[in-house]
Amino acid sequence: MARTVIPFGPQHPVLPEPIHLKLELEDEKVIGVMPVIGYVHRGIEKAAELNTFRQNINLMDRICGICSFIHSLTYCQGIESLIGVEVPARARFLRVFWSELSRAHSHLLWLGLLADAMGFESLFMQCWRAREMVLDISEMTAGHRIIQASCTIGGVRRDMDEEMVREVEKRLIALRQLVDSSIHGVFLHDPTIRQRTAGKGVLSKDQAEVLGAVGHVARASGVAVDMRQTGYAAYGELGFEPVVETGCDSHARVVVRTRELYQSIDLMRRSLTAMPDGRILIRVDGYPVGETVSRCEQPRGEVIYYLKGNGTNHLERLKIRTPTFANIPPLLAMMPGCELADAPVIALSIDPCISCTER
Amino acid sequence: MPWMLPTILRNLLSRPVTRRYPFDDVREPFAGYKGRIDFDADRCDLCGDCARVCPSLAIEVTLESRQITYDPFKCIYCATCVEICLPRAIGQDRRYTRPALSKGVETIEVPV
Repeated sequence: MARTVIPFGPQHPVLPEPIHLKLELEDEKVIGVMPVIGYVHRGIEKAAELNTFRQNINLMDRICGICSFIHSLTYCQGIESLIGVEVPARARFLRVFWSELSRAHSHLLWLGLLADAMGFESLFMQCWRAREMVLDISEMTAGHRIIQASCTIGGVRRDMDEEMVREVEKRLIALRQLVDSSIHGVFLHDPTIRQRTAGKGVLSKDQAEVLGAVGHVARASGVAVDMRQTGYAAYGELGFEPVVETGCDSHARVVVRTRELYQSIDLMRRSLTAMPDGRILIRVDGYPVGETVSRCEQPRGEVIYYLKGNGTNHLERLKIRTPTFANIPPLLAMMPGCELADAPVIALSIDPCISCTER
Repeated sequence: MPWMLPTILRNLLSRPVTRRYPFDDVREPFAGYKGRIDFDADRCDLCGDCARVCPSLAIEVTLESRQITYDPFKCIYCATCVEICLPRAIGQDRRYTRPALSKGVETIEVPV
């Protein structure tokens, strides 16, 4: 049988961002994949050395448009540990709130894109309609719809009064009702979605562990790995159990994410209820000295920041390992053996964020 | 597909959930929206704190000519300058910045 190499991406209708996969085909069957990245490299790590460490917070916000708050949170936690600062309790709960808001935003966006990749336009619209409710909450609480810019070194920059907490609660209940009525059931039971995802892109538990999968890709293969278990910000006080599925295929990844959506809404409501009174920001003097590693759970998985400070206003080195970078090797293991027509859905099932990966 | 019928009927008889943009007004931004930056030249003491903290270097303060130059196209509307300004000379309201035909900077003269 003659072998053909088909370029998938960097421009492809299902890919929101440019990644190039060279698919090696035998007839209609994929037998090998070679990824090519480097289309949206922006030199952010170098820029972070040239900026002052406080200006970097806004730069970190811009690494990714979807998990921007968690990027700046990871960075701020790293700087706080280098300077030796204890963040006020109220700020830690607000950090959980905005982290989970980003997660709900990301999951709804991705579920919509996945539905769109299958040609399920009306479900795509429903997901993005729910996402719009999340963006409204973001605009109301943080002042911006996407890049919230509300995390800073020593706490957070915005507080929420009683009235706003009540309004957010009301909107979260409405969001949950919308997800209940028109999103959750469809992703779980719709025959079209099951046919396109069940048994496609299988990654066994052993493979997930060996290849170092993170986030929903690992959890859908039965590996209970979630950085929120480490209890950063206020996750330790809120009590957290990761969502784990054992289906190992694309449908399991969809189920993990729909269940995590409920978990995020629940965590947001609990963090608002349990939030103590007090300050949201403390003054931070001094410069970062030494090196540290800061880890957080992003919507796509674990993000690792390595920070090295030398006691000046500028960092000596900042290295970021984003979750999609860790999930590309598992993607290469999932694809061989699949049909060409399933390749887009499998590629999308790891939720590739290329602007994060290349920074 | 009998189970789809109620949804189909409901969708046929209900209004669209989207706004009919040119005919309906767009939603007002929320109260805390970080929109346009306004400088109050009478309050400014030319300390330059805003220029120092600006993450996108959109503000320049020149003490000699008593001028502030502000580039709305570099600005990322993070409100860091609003928070740092001690005399409260920088305000932010919830209007969006309008699109423009050409890029330019705003120059604010600070009276003596």
